[in-house]
Amino acid sequence: MALSKLLDSWPTLRQLREGDPLGVGRAVQSPRSKTLTARIDEADHVVGSVCPYCAVGCGQLVYVKDGDVAHIEGDPASPISRGRLCPKGQASRSYVQSPLREYKVKYRRPYGTEWEELSLDDAMQMIAERIVATRAETWRRQTPGGAPANRTMAIGNLGGATLDNEENYLIKKLMTALGVVQVENQARI
Amino acid sequence: MPGLGTSFGRGGATTFQQDLQNADCIVIMGSNMAENHPVGFQWVMEARERGAKVIHVDPRFTRTSAMATKHVGIRAGSDIAFLGGIANYILENDLYFREYVQHYTNAPVIIDEEFVDTEDADGLFSGWDPEAGRYDIESWRYEGMEVHGAAGQRGEGFEPRGEQSGHGAAGGGLKHGEPPAEDPELEHPRCVLQILKRHFRRYTPELVADTCGCSAEDFLEVCETLVANSGRERTSAFCYAVGWTQHTTGVQNIRTAAIVQQLLGNIGRPGGGIMALRGHASIQGSTDIPTLYNILPGYLPMPHTLSYPTFENFVGANTSPTGWWGKFESYWVSLMTAYFGEHATKENDWLFGELPRIDSDNSAYFTVRQMLEGNVRGYIIAGENPAVGHANGKAHRLGLAKLDWLVVRDLVEIESAAFWYESPEIESGELKTGEIATEVFFLPAAAHTEKDGSFTNTQRLLQWHRKAVEPKQDCRSELWFYFHLGRRIKQKLADSDEERDRLIKAMRWEYPTHSAVEEPDAEAVLQEISGREIVSGKFLSGYPELRDDGSTLCGCWIYSGCFADGINQTARRKPHWEQASYVAPDWAWAWPANRRLIYNRASADPEGNPWSERKRYVWWDGDEGKWTGVDVPDFKEDKEPGYVPPDDAEAEDAIAGDHPFVMQADGRAWLYVAQGLEDGPLPTHYEPHESPFTNQLYAQRANPRRQQNKDLAEDPYNPVADEPGAEVYPYVVTTYRLTEHHTAGGMTRTVPHLAELQPEMFCEVHPGLAREVGLEHGGWATIYTSRSAIEARVLVTERMRPLRMKDGRTVHQVGLPYHWGQRGLVTGDSANDLAHMALDPNVHIQEVKAFTCGIRPGRRPRGPELPKFVAELREQAHSETT
Repeated sequence: MALSKLLDSWPTLRQLREGDPLGVGRAVQSPRSKTLTARIDEADHVVGSVCPYCAVGCGQLVYVKDGDVAHIEGDPASPISRGRLCPKGQASRSYVQSPLREYKVKYRRPYGTEWEELSLDDAMQMIAERIVATRAETWRRQTPGGAPANRTMAIGNLGGATLDNEENYLIKKLMTALGVVQVENQARI
Repeated sequence: MPGLGTSFGRGGATTFQQDLQNADCIVIMGSNMAENHPVGFQWVMEARERGAKVIHVDPRFTRTSAMATKHVGIRAGSDIAFLGGIANYILENDLYFREYVQHYTNAPVIIDEEFVDTEDADGLFSGWDPEAGRYDIESWRYEGMEVHGAAGQRGEGFEPRGEQSGHGAAGGGLKHGEPPAEDPELEHPRCVLQILKRHFRRYTPELVADTCGCSAEDFLEVCETLVANSGRERTSAFCYAVGWTQHTTGVQNIRTAAIVQQLLGNIGRPGGGIMALRGHASIQGSTDIPTLYNILPGYLPMPHTLSYPTFENFVGANTSPTGWWGKFESYWVSLMTAYFGEHATKENDWLFGELPRIDSDNSAYFTVRQMLEGNVRGYIIAGENPAVGHANGKAHRLGLAKLDWLVVRDLVEIESAAFWYESPEIESGELKTGEIATEVFFLPAAAHTEKDGSFTNTQRLLQWHRKAVEPKQDCRSELWFYFHLGRRIKQKLADSDEERDRLIKAMRWEYPTHSAVEEPDAEAVLQEISGREIVSGKFLSGYPELRDDGSTLCGCWIYSGCFADGINQTARRKPHWEQASYVAPDWAWAWPANRRLIYNRASADPEGNPWSERKRYVWWDGDEGKWTGVDVPDFKEDKEPGYVPPDDAEAEDAIAGDHPFVMQADGRAWLYVAQGLEDGPLPTHYEPHESPFTNQLYAQRANPRRQQNKDLAEDPYNPVADEPGAEVYPYVVTTYRLTEHHTAGGMTRTVPHLAELQPEMFCEVHPGLAREVGLEHGGWATIYTSRSAIEARVLVTERMRPLRMKDGRTVHQVGLPYHWGQRGLVTGDSANDLAHMALDPNVHIQEVKAFTCGIRPGRRPRGPELPKFVAELREQAHSETT
């Protein structure tokens, strides 16, 4: 009995006996690693997603536990990525949970030397006011040459290539209706 | 993407990544695909496993080169010489795919006799106006063709350029899809093929070697491999990325590849095509549904201050009599109906008179100039980091300091939000926190896991990502921010009688919201994008259903059908193993009309039969009377191969049955682009704006039409070529990305794993250069240009091979990743601070892939010493000029 137990603890023999000749599976498990389970086993649910980095468009599976992202891994069902992710894609969970992530609005008043706190509602109100006032003060019905203009050249909007199509759609629609023509994104860079 | 758009009709990759596995040869140029699109690169590896040749042409030896069967090192910025050399090899040796070229391209078309080529005018085309610094393109036209918008309307008219021409909205004036004068035998001295032959005749292997710094043998091996793997039985593909686009000749780089692929018959066929590898999750989407100044969704043009004074002129000028652009008015009216609902009517020209007008250039770099001049008061930045990611970062940061107010939305506090207390200019004393008047709002954004929405990837594929968790605290999606911002502004202006507020009051802005924070329903927005019938509410199946009478609404006509049958087609995720073919049409949704490989009618011969069994894809089924195959045919389903349009045919009906490029007015791919580009109908080799060399082909050194800021103190240039002082900046510098980082670093320098994997800014130099200037591996180097100086750790490597040029000079190239900035878990100097803001004239893109620099050992000067150091060198260089 003792001998068979001793033999069982010999990895090479286990590798051969258990059909794991390369020693990549069960044969090389330690008592501790036998008890480990994958993070995804404990997830409450999983949703299909897409990697936010480059434009390859790898499929991602986002595992959620207790209202937080527990794990992000490649989606094997994707015909493009077939389950693979690059180092960036694999680090997506750390990206959405970055230690540097900001969760509160920050405000710097003109000539200020520090950030200040501001509620999201106040910030939205102030930004809307800035846009309305800047537009009113800088509106041009015509160019200096007399051509139709219907715009303000004193406001710009930058960004879009990292955003969703639906978001880009609202940005362009709103800015066009406001007469803001300087709308740009990373396609230039 | 006017390079692809003017050539083929649509500004997007012609193929999809998985199809690369069918290629017999893949040329990767202007891209380091293995490191920057690693997961897409698996399809290149699949092809290689099947025996395909993989050629990498690049200034650096990278992991892409290591996995290729052949690497050729060239001087950064010499791509057109190399590709033009390939075109010359094909033409001089009569190796082009004759039947394909005759039927599917504009090779037979005869060009007006007024046209003068760069070969005959020392590097300029006819029509150059040295005063205005631009071309009058009239002499580039097809012979016998009226200039579109004739009858005195030319000034009001049809000159689509930039992104809009990138979508094939050019070539107007053709009647019945056939150009007026052609020579099917391709022998007329003014037919496109013969012009092309003469244009590239001097791009010999020897010239390529002298200009690019490679050997003639290596170059010829590339030509022979490409030709041997193209034709009926075999196909070759090209992959490129910003290594081609970020040049003052960016669009023409891609045009040259488009010419080569047309001559070899590789477009619209499996294993062929041009794969544009884009760098952001939805950069294709943000061009299709643009956050760009000059276009509206679906590449519809923004009205211009100087043209189109009436709606009728505008529609007339943009409607092509033939091809799918013949339905321009229905796309336009459906968009205006989506934007303004019942307020836009036929009687008020769908509010055309109220729309804002653009100038020729209102691009991001224009805006920076305007900021520096104090003309911009407010700026909103959402998911972009210009302080690090844009060329000449200093100019951008100085510009931000002149604003009245700035809104920055991101997951982390990026450099563009912190410029007022933490930036190189604060360090140097050029900016002082207490003197900066800019009011800054930083609003935390939601990540992709915290919102519903679709990205459009590099192969025109819209993929839906579902919200997994709620965003925390103040974090919100851009959908939330812009929706509620618009709602508040509309409330404030609800009682306004001002003329300027008419449009914002008319804007349709009713989207259902859900959750505690009132998040707008992203699917409701996608439904508007896809399009509906107004009265019945029926979801549209595609853009052929759009009407010009206001009875349909559609937010982006090329995306029409992505919500067909009331189903979110972009959210389809049927596993690839459950699908009938590798094309996997039931995974997400591709524009247009879920076609994965576009122009695929060209995969069959003029009679509609596959060119070969091996390259079978889409073909004519005579029994069924329709086109069929493994993909959605990119052709009217029941149009016979032998269809000849009647004289009175219009729009798509005017495209013949053997013309596969259905967006083009003549249904063909364009070797020669008569209309739509700023800097020439054919690509010509020009030196980069900053380069150590003169142009070996022409007296005209660099692209004459490139945009420069000659009068802007913040954007000084290095002396170049044989100008005195050029020796102060003797090396070629090229910037690039690393696998572990993404663009300006906001999404990666903030991630612990990635910061640890690539912790520090570095420069790559060859041992020869290290010896020449005394750089030590692992030590520090200071790299400088007229704009700034940065420091970086030195990586001495054989990968940066020096190139021997014709005059016996050795060119050293310096490689710089551009991911670092002042903030994040790992920090460092920004490579883009060195770059200038001279731009490509078609798309206003900067030239960060090839400019000049100096390099010396040691760290850069600190504090006020830094600008002094840069100025002293600059003055030294320029004093020699005067």
